[in-house]
Amino acid sequence: MARYLIGRAAAAALVLWAAFTVAFVLLRFLPGDAIGARISPEEQGSISSDQLAALRERYGLGESMIVQYGQSLLDALRGDFGFSLATGAPVGEAIAEALPHTLALAGAALLIAVVLGAGTALGAVYTERPWLRQFLLGLPPVGVSVPTFWVGLLLIQTVSFQWGLLPAMGNKGFESLILPAATLALPTAAVIAQVLAKSLTETWEKAYVDTARAKGASRGRILLRHALRNAAMPTLTLAGVTAGNLLAGSVVVETVFSRIGIGRMTQLAVASRDLPVLQGLVLLAAAVFVTVSLAVDLAHPLIDPRTARAGAQEGRTA
Amino acid sequence: MTTAQPPRVAAGAIAAGALLALTACGAGGDAADASPQDGGTLRYGLSAVPICPDPQQASQNQAVYIARQVVDSLTDQDPETGEIVPWLAESWEVNPELTEFTFHLRDGVTFSDGTGLNAESVQKNFDAIAGDFSPFAPLGSSFLAGYAETRVDEDLTATVVFESPNAQFLQATSTFSLGLVADATLQAAPEDRCRGEVIGSGPFTFGEFVADQSVTVERRDGYAWGSSLFERDGEAYLEAIEFTVVPESGVRSGSLASDQLDAISDVLPQDEPAIEAADGTILTVANPGVAFGFQPNVEDPILSDPAVRAALIPAIDRQEIVDVVLGDRFHAATSPLAHLTPGWTDLSDRLGHDPQAAADQLEAAGWTEGADGIREKDGRPLRVKVIFGEAFSASQTVLELVQQQLKAVGVDLDVQQLPAADMTAATEAGDYALYFSNLSRTDPDILRRTFSTDFANVNRRGADAELDGLLEAQLSEPDTEARYAIVAEVQEVLLDRAYHVPLFELSQAIGTGANVHGLAFDASARLQFHDVWLAG
Repeated sequence: MARYLIGRAAAAALVLWAAFTVAFVLLRFLPGDAIGARISPEEQGSISSDQLAALRERYGLGESMIVQYGQSLLDALRGDFGFSLATGAPVGEAIAEALPHTLALAGAALLIAVVLGAGTALGAVYTERPWLRQFLLGLPPVGVSVPTFWVGLLLIQTVSFQWGLLPAMGNKGFESLILPAATLALPTAAVIAQVLAKSLTETWEKAYVDTARAKGASRGRILLRHALRNAAMPTLTLAGVTAGNLLAGSVVVETVFSRIGIGRMTQLAVASRDLPVLQGLVLLAAAVFVTVSLAVDLAHPLIDPRTARAGAQEGRTA
Repeated sequence: MTTAQPPRVAAGAIAAGALLALTACGAGGDAADASPQDGGTLRYGLSAVPICPDPQQASQNQAVYIARQVVDSLTDQDPETGEIVPWLAESWEVNPELTEFTFHLRDGVTFSDGTGLNAESVQKNFDAIAGDFSPFAPLGSSFLAGYAETRVDEDLTATVVFESPNAQFLQATSTFSLGLVADATLQAAPEDRCRGEVIGSGPFTFGEFVADQSVTVERRDGYAWGSSLFERDGEAYLEAIEFTVVPESGVRSGSLASDQLDAISDVLPQDEPAIEAADGTILTVANPGVAFGFQPNVEDPILSDPAVRAALIPAIDRQEIVDVVLGDRFHAATSPLAHLTPGWTDLSDRLGHDPQAAADQLEAAGWTEGADGIREKDGRPLRVKVIFGEAFSASQTVLELVQQQLKAVGVDLDVQQLPAADMTAATEAGDYALYFSNLSRTDPDILRRTFSTDFANVNRRGADAELDGLLEAQLSEPDTEARYAIVAEVQEVLLDRAYHVPLFELSQAIGTGANVHGLAFDASARLQFHDVWLAG
């Protein structure tokens, strides 16, 4: 097991380094730089080239690519991700400030998505009314295809503006979390419902379900005790993708709901060519993926004992 | 040095109608049925993340709304008359050559860190803006062009000395860009200043600063040196102003209508009914300065021909832009300068819509009709690329209409919106045929900043003895009427050479809730919150 973990950790480090390097190279291909982005649109036509040159020199943008790469890699290894070119704040600090807001948002969204998604899938398989099944199975494609910003604006218009129940914006308190979390949850819930419903339906045809039925188990008990456990695996494997979806969705949701967080930060950093911040965000995203897939792999044996045995055998023979 | 009355830099030239437009923009008007009250926090919705709200570095509107509140200026400018009036300076003298400006400062003014504001503060601030800090202060440093030194004559008397005449300087002292900050701020890093580490003497001070999200300014206790234009002496009414970034326009207006915000930036025409239904008010003001328009790149192979550039002017139907896209708050351009700019001259008879004339001019220049309606010359289509930034949300729609108007005379307009960074890169590289922008300022010297070869020179033009001479001459002309005569000539020459194709004037629209009173634009079309109060 220890060996397995060390191997995974080494692979994770490799992924992080690759993400860092690819991001570094790709970001340098963007036209323009952070100094240009600092100039407000009104001013662009009237700042002199001497003034631009002076600013670039100050921020070390005159250095060669290789020097910049080596320096920022060394700094990153030491945990120093540099300073935001747009705001001057240390990148680590800025991300640490924004991250809890996005984690809270994504966490709440995940919770809603699992309840909503699993509920839809279980309901669709459980029901014996064909029309209801068709209806429930029809929901996920709709949920996936409806644009997030539209759902967000719709919720704001009705729940916040018309009924005055919840705030339309900001990061203050639990109340301000509900609408954005619901918005962010929708596409994820749809994916969970789709995948889970499919594997549940397949599982439903399996011999052991027939056996359980023959033994007189109720429909609900078979579904929850036998079928769900087996059908959950493909859905769980999706967790990494889900984490990515939530991060990507936060870009839109945080903008529509005027929240700070990682998504909004990403959008602003791209617009302002804030390379140190983008570099930090790419590393963060890579770290999230690596961590989530490791967690999923470690969780598999808990749900499916067969993978645990396989892992243990591997451990003994190695 | 002779003592003179403060020159009425902008007095004469503002048209009467323009004055009405400006004075009509005081907010939530019914002061009669309620008396002003202290206290409360005004919740303001910004339309974009404020870029560096340090008064001396700021240039974007959203940042300026915040920055304006924390500093005082030497002078203020009356939005009704254009006259320069006292603020931190109780009086001033200007020598006849316009090279020395002596300011007598008010006694007892302190920065919010307790240090005194005196002649030395003026010296240190202007030395910095004209010197080491100039790359960070593009506006302020351009106002101080030709700066020699500031002499500290007495504790409260400072003389600002220029190497050459500087007719626009007095008006510039009324702007936020030359607002005064404490020594501690002058020594702070520019990035820290962008994050609200700015100590000024203004009616508000920086409070909580959440990057990309919100900025709060708090009332300065003991403030007693407001501009002579402020209605109330002493402290501001509001306890604090919380500026929050709300990027979606529908969310801003809905939040205003549902009392989640008290005032918002950039109201779009489609959001007006919701605000008015909730008894809100829309304040509008037309920005003074250079109107929105095209600056042709004369190095472009097609636009290097003055006849082609000139043909663009009658090809555009300016009134249609206002009627179809922008709404009646906006004005069609009548000159390269907007009509509220001192020194503006009405050239609307040269900006009429005459597609036939445009077509004839292009025909005469050798551009003949091609197969798909686009003109051609030597097998090359008449295709011009226009680039523009994100300054104004309706730009894309306006340019799509202009695209149709130009297509009617056989010109193919390639419309490209660029993010700020790409825009700067393209500007530096000259990668455009037309450059679409505007620039706000309440002094006609903005023409020099936009069209002189000393700055970005977006036209990429070479020396032009007549135009360069006029641009310099207006800066050194002490007599206001004579100066405006020169400025009028500049506007004519810009059209003669087709260095500018004026389209429309920028207007701002601020939405306020029914509870907000006293919000108004200053002479530079920026918000001043000192006299604002919230009802019950």
